[in-house]
Amino acid sequence: MDTMLTWVTFTPLLGVLVILLLPKDRHNLIRWVALLGSIVTFGVSLFMLSRFESSFPNLQMVERRSWFQIAGVEIEYFIGVDGLSLLLVLLTTFLTPISILSTWSAIEERVKEFMIFFLLLEVGMVGVFLAQDLFLFYIFWEFTLVPMYFLIGIWGGPRRVYAAIKFFLYTMAGSILMLLAILWLGIRFESFAVPDLIQQAGIPADIQTWLFLAFAAAFAIKVPMWPLHSWLPDAHVEAPTAGSVILAGVLLKMGTYGFLRFNIPLFPDAAVRLAPWMALFAVIGILYGAAVSYAQRDVKKLVAYSSVSHLGFVILGLFALNPQGIQGGILQMVNHGLSTGALFIIVGMIYERRHTREMDAFGGLWKIMPVYGALTLIVTLSSMGLPGLNGFVGEFTILLGSFGSDAIGSPIYAGLAAAGVILAAIYMLFMFQKLFLGPVDKEENKVLKDLNWREIITLVPLVFFIFWIGLYPKPFFDLMGPAVDNLVATLGTVSMVVR
Amino acid sequence: MDLQSLLAILPVLIVAGWASLLLLIDLFIPKQRGWITPLLAALGLVAAIIALLSKFDLETSAFAGMIIIDGFASLLQLLFLVLGLMAIAMAYDYLRRRKIARGEYYTLLMFSLSGMMLMASAGDLIVVFVSLELLSIPLYVLAGFARPKTDSEEAAMKYFLLGAFASGFMVYGIALIFGVTGTTQLYGIIESIRAVSTIPSLALLGGGMIMIGLGFKVAAVPFHMWTPDVYQGAPTSVTAFMSVGAKAGGFAALLRIFITAFPEVAAIWGPLTMWIAALTMAWGNVAAIAQKNIKRMLAYSSIAHAGYIFMALPAAAVPAVAPEALRGALFYLIAYGITNLGAWGIVLALEKSEGTGLEIEDYAGLGMKYPALALAMTVFMLSLTGVPPTVGFMGKFYLFRAAIDADLFWLAIVGVITSLISAYYYLRVIVVMYMQEGSPAPRSELLLNATVILSALATIIFGLLPGPLLQLASQANILSLLP
Repeated sequence: MDTMLTWVTFTPLLGVLVILLLPKDRHNLIRWVALLGSIVTFGVSLFMLSRFESSFPNLQMVERRSWFQIAGVEIEYFIGVDGLSLLLVLLTTFLTPISILSTWSAIEERVKEFMIFFLLLEVGMVGVFLAQDLFLFYIFWEFTLVPMYFLIGIWGGPRRVYAAIKFFLYTMAGSILMLLAILWLGIRFESFAVPDLIQQAGIPADIQTWLFLAFAAAFAIKVPMWPLHSWLPDAHVEAPTAGSVILAGVLLKMGTYGFLRFNIPLFPDAAVRLAPWMALFAVIGILYGAAVSYAQRDVKKLVAYSSVSHLGFVILGLFALNPQGIQGGILQMVNHGLSTGALFIIVGMIYERRHTREMDAFGGLWKIMPVYGALTLIVTLSSMGLPGLNGFVGEFTILLGSFGSDAIGSPIYAGLAAAGVILAAIYMLFMFQKLFLGPVDKEENKVLKDLNWREIITLVPLVFFIFWIGLYPKPFFDLMGPAVDNLVATLGTVSMVVR
Repeated sequence: MDLQSLLAILPVLIVAGWASLLLLIDLFIPKQRGWITPLLAALGLVAAIIALLSKFDLETSAFAGMIIIDGFASLLQLLFLVLGLMAIAMAYDYLRRRKIARGEYYTLLMFSLSGMMLMASAGDLIVVFVSLELLSIPLYVLAGFARPKTDSEEAAMKYFLLGAFASGFMVYGIALIFGVTGTTQLYGIIESIRAVSTIPSLALLGGGMIMIGLGFKVAAVPFHMWTPDVYQGAPTSVTAFMSVGAKAGGFAALLRIFITAFPEVAAIWGPLTMWIAALTMAWGNVAAIAQKNIKRMLAYSSIAHAGYIFMALPAAAVPAVAPEALRGALFYLIAYGITNLGAWGIVLALEKSEGTGLEIEDYAGLGMKYPALALAMTVFMLSLTGVPPTVGFMGKFYLFRAAIDADLFWLAIVGVITSLISAYYYLRVIVVMYMQEGSPAPRSELLLNATVILSALATIIFGLLPGPLLQLASQANILSLLP
């Protein structure tokens, strides 16, 4: 049987094992081992990419083994990858080494534990994207909570304990409802394997709604969708830089991915019926997130709230339930991971130098740190969706899809979301202006050093992809195209029935 | 009394007989060789385990139906014996540190253990009662073992008075049932209930009283009031044993009596146990939040877990779900036993010789200074919360599954919501260990450490690969009582 994906998932554990054996005061050695472990994982995932057959719409490189039986129902170790999850797996393995690089000088205490938790987190995240058995998925899903809880709680800012507990409880509150829905499905269909469940279909429409809502509770909190977002600013602001990068870059995508992988194909009737509601909440999130971002004076909080806005776009795209919308949604997940990840790294860099993130403490940084300024400008423009950079491609495709969506049923949502693009430009440029333009009026800022080589190397790969996706997104769309078409085709038959 | 019957209860006989002998032997062991008695006690338990395993698949009844030997009984007896071994290993250093090391401790523990084992294979209400007393009386004494410390004496007194009260209920219930049906044997009761069209209300009253009596033992709401005080006052090693052993003993009787003997009246005890389960889960978890003392916190947590196990009863009231509900309860008892005993092991390690070091605040800094100990405690706390990949999660998964299967959706929702509440206070221990500064000074003692490490490993391994345990639980069938 194909063990490719098992390697992708569990390679970071090799790094963990090596780190466990190292003495805890050899900080640099531990960092190098962690970096190497995550780079090797990225290499393995590239190998997976090379074996990926993009014209094939279904699961590939499937590994399916019996794990154990509970109450007569087989629970399987069942992993596979398709166009819906491939890019997210690659995003995870790509962002992990970058995050580790970004913590090189920021984390000085308990480096050993930090790196162990970080690599464990990677295992959990990749597992979430690859699991095709609901039970296995739930294990990975819940498992990611534990390392992230420690990352925030031990290495976070002043209110870290509060933020960590809030993060844990909020997320668990959602997932326990999903657990009940998973149990119901398992009892009813005597299987937890997602492809089997999709084929069986035939869940009565009213029950579908309940199950949809139970799954949505878990995913909407994770995304987070308005009004369930209040854990996010706390977690983001208190988390250490690398934690924020992974939180924004990957963990939030677990929520949107969950909608895509489970809610839409498992409960198609409910998805079609509830699509306008999902779109409504998505649009509220876009506008609300943008408005609150504008009001922030702390850069990190601003970036955190902007995630609420950006992920609103993703949800809007997914629930357009047509190929453009879903493709745009998936691409925007990747885009958000790249740009917001980069933004958090950028915020971390300035925080390391000045130990403040208040906008008022800065100004005119461009003159002092030109390289930093240039990179920040690119990332800022990408995040607000300037044509030629990645954000534009994603948002444009989403708006295109949602504008003509039968499921959403009205172009008003797309129109309002478009206003969100303008708002994004306002708050992002406002932030950039406050930090980089104007006179250098603070003495402390005059002595700041520009980026060193390590920091530049951290950001350059992100900027590279920001340009690539912005200028030539076709290879990325090609990877997901057949899988998305396949998903929409199964929905097509359903929406006929509902209408 | 035939040889077959004696052979059938051989493991129980070994434990009880060896305990009686040990009581004598202990008199001749010099004080400075205090390690001999626990060693001999442990050897006795090992012998019982060997005897048990050699006839693990035996299904029979003995002493004219008074004793039932089946998969259910064998599995529970194995659990009791393993827990007993762990309890001895954990107690040894602790008793010497608290200067209460006396040989009787181990013999009393073994007597209590034999009561639990007998309980698992009781086929007659009289045997249930006798084994309940055999289980409890040594525990009353053990709770007061730190005499003349007042809190230990107070714990013993409270436990004894309320326990006696519960036994009173139990006897009265048995008497009523005997009055109505003319028998105390479980299968006789079934037959006589089946023979009548309407069930006499006195029999129902009797069944209710039995439930009250056993509810006390497992610490289910509203019969839980003694738990926090007794758990806090008793020597910690006794509490550790009590919190898993006595509870599992009580559930052994509850499951056997209500699932096998009174299936005809499931329509009545089903809703009743449903409410007990919901209230127990809710109150145990909510009250635990407010606790500052780790022993009280774990006491309320043990009440809450009684609530989760209680979920199996209303689920089993639906005949089609009954076998899985029973297995779920057994699996949960094993999972809870491993995890909870491990957590108490950490409490033992941190308790100082004068009996302090029991506030949750005293755990500050453990994560930095003693990473292995803190990691083990983290594993136990996560398992008690029900976070994968731990055995505690598997247990909850199994029980919630049974509840949903029996259409008790709201009970499952109460279950998950209270699990969420419990996350708050279990996480607080982790917060204190890793995110606050302090200088704890745990004991580092070989036997205790080994027990804790083994439990932590088992918690993780059986969480990732629950197959063998599930297999074991699925073979633990209850022997059909009807000839």
